[in-house]
Amino acid sequence: MADPLIEARALTKRFGDFVAVAGIDVTVRPGEAFGFLGPNGAGKSSTMRMIGCTSPRSGGELRILGLDPDTHGAQIRSRLGVVPQDDTLDNELTVFDNLLIYGRYFDLSRKVARQRAEELLDFAQLSDRAKARVQTLSGGMKRRLTIARALINEPQVLLLDEPTTGLDPQARHVLWDRLYRLKQQGVTLVLTTHYMDEAEQLCDRLVVMDKGRIAAEGTPLQLIAEHSSREVVELRFAPDRNEVMADKVADLAERIEVLPDRVLLYADDGDAVAETVSQRGLRPETVLVRRSTLEDVFLRLTGRTLVD
Amino acid sequence: MSTVTRTGSITFDALSSSRRPGRGRRLVERNLLHYKVHWTIIVSGFFEPLFYLLSIGVGVGKLVGPVVGAHGEQLTYRTFVAPALLASSAFNGALYDSTMNVFFKLKHDKLYDAVLATPMRVRDVAVGEITWALIRGLIYAVAFLIVMGCMGLFESWWAVLALPACTLIGFAFAATGMAATSYMRTFEDFEFITMTQLVLFLFSATFYPLSVYPRWMQVVVECSPLYHGVHLVRSLVLGDIGPDLLLDALYLAVLGLIGLTIANRRLALLLTP
Repeated sequence: MADPLIEARALTKRFGDFVAVAGIDVTVRPGEAFGFLGPNGAGKSSTMRMIGCTSPRSGGELRILGLDPDTHGAQIRSRLGVVPQDDTLDNELTVFDNLLIYGRYFDLSRKVARQRAEELLDFAQLSDRAKARVQTLSGGMKRRLTIARALINEPQVLLLDEPTTGLDPQARHVLWDRLYRLKQQGVTLVLTTHYMDEAEQLCDRLVVMDKGRIAAEGTPLQLIAEHSSREVVELRFAPDRNEVMADKVADLAERIEVLPDRVLLYADDGDAVAETVSQRGLRPETVLVRRSTLEDVFLRLTGRTLVD
Repeated sequence: MSTVTRTGSITFDALSSSRRPGRGRRLVERNLLHYKVHWTIIVSGFFEPLFYLLSIGVGVGKLVGPVVGAHGEQLTYRTFVAPALLASSAFNGALYDSTMNVFFKLKHDKLYDAVLATPMRVRDVAVGEITWALIRGLIYAVAFLIVMGCMGLFESWWAVLALPACTLIGFAFAATGMAATSYMRTFEDFEFITMTQLVLFLFSATFYPLSVYPRWMQVVVECSPLYHGVHLVRSLVLGDIGPDLLLDALYLAVLGLIGLTIANRRLALLLTP
């Protein structure tokens, strides 16, 4: 196997007494799309900032592209592309100049920076907005520009912190398509997300993070197979009835979760369970049979939902 | 693999590898890209010292008799005031982009977060922004020097050195301004900087000689930074050359270096937590 691009052992980040990242082990290999899945405050962004060499680690080992961020930060950063959680575009410059100057920060010649800026505007579907001020762009456009900017140095690794948070469904799909193309081109993707559909769409392998620790690791399918049943039956009863009704169906499933608004029954044959519920005359307001997702894995591992 | 534990963030790479060539000029380039489009912002700043020269130097000067120079020579009031306004143009010019604008980029636009995701380091940000701010101060100084030349306000060829003197003033206040800005939490806090700026501008022997003050006030003014800038530039323009000018220059250089060091450390704390 090729040497890992990112290798972390017992990686820790503390802010005063607060432990944001509590000793995690992570290995990312070339060409992978690797994800950190977890709710807000799980330590994903702190981890990304340490990997991006803009925040020094408090403890543990970290090697990126075989180098130590503490001593070779600038050198590592020259080969990374970073898409931060908040758009940090240069609001005082035009769309084109944003890309141009970013190339210059990487010491590209003006000629090369211009050329790449034009190519990337095309990639980001923003060529017709080249001379526009950044403020006039929509959320999805800003996000695409931020990704284009992160590619100006032709990075080996692209770090994406919550790439589609706050975007409408259509804008998310456009973005996923662009990221998928990058992956096809061999760019290693490392992303954080609290959307399980995003993790399933984009990630070859992921870790589930919670309270600064890694709760599980694997491919999306592995994680679902290991930590959940094949199918899930969602029953929605009248408000305040979920708790009571759960007792009456508990025997039907391998596992049961009672959420404030619904009851989840984990079973390999969802339709059979739904059928039995109906035979018992329990009459839930809605019944939904679906496949298990990473959301269920997360619920199982942490006892909480991802998006609260 | 061994496990390391670190406490402070000051020694982080972004700050420590100070021997490699800097990329501060990239931020100057960035600011040029901005002002290439918004050049009117810069032009308006030129008129402030010019209007002071015309209203106070020329206008009020008509009511004021001649001022006595350092060696007892008689000077017209406008000749006395002009060099101080030259020093002030570099002073005010350097503060435009090193205070509010830096704060806006730092807190609101998060511009430096994006910059630091590249090979650029915290030191490059500090050096780059301070360099640009002093260049802006220098642009005003050059424009004002031309006006002074046209009005025949030079008394000596030493006036040529007023330009490097204004560069020192620009450096000292751009660095100090940026250091002070790094402590600001909200836009309201800038009232402190604006007020300080006004007090320095008005009371640094700008519009009248130091001898006007009682002795204790003279000592206070002599310790304040813009006084040294005004004294340096005025002495050069009027040709009053003495060893005390070296002290002025040294004061400004040290002030600038202290400001740069503080700005550098504070930015590292804020930007690479």
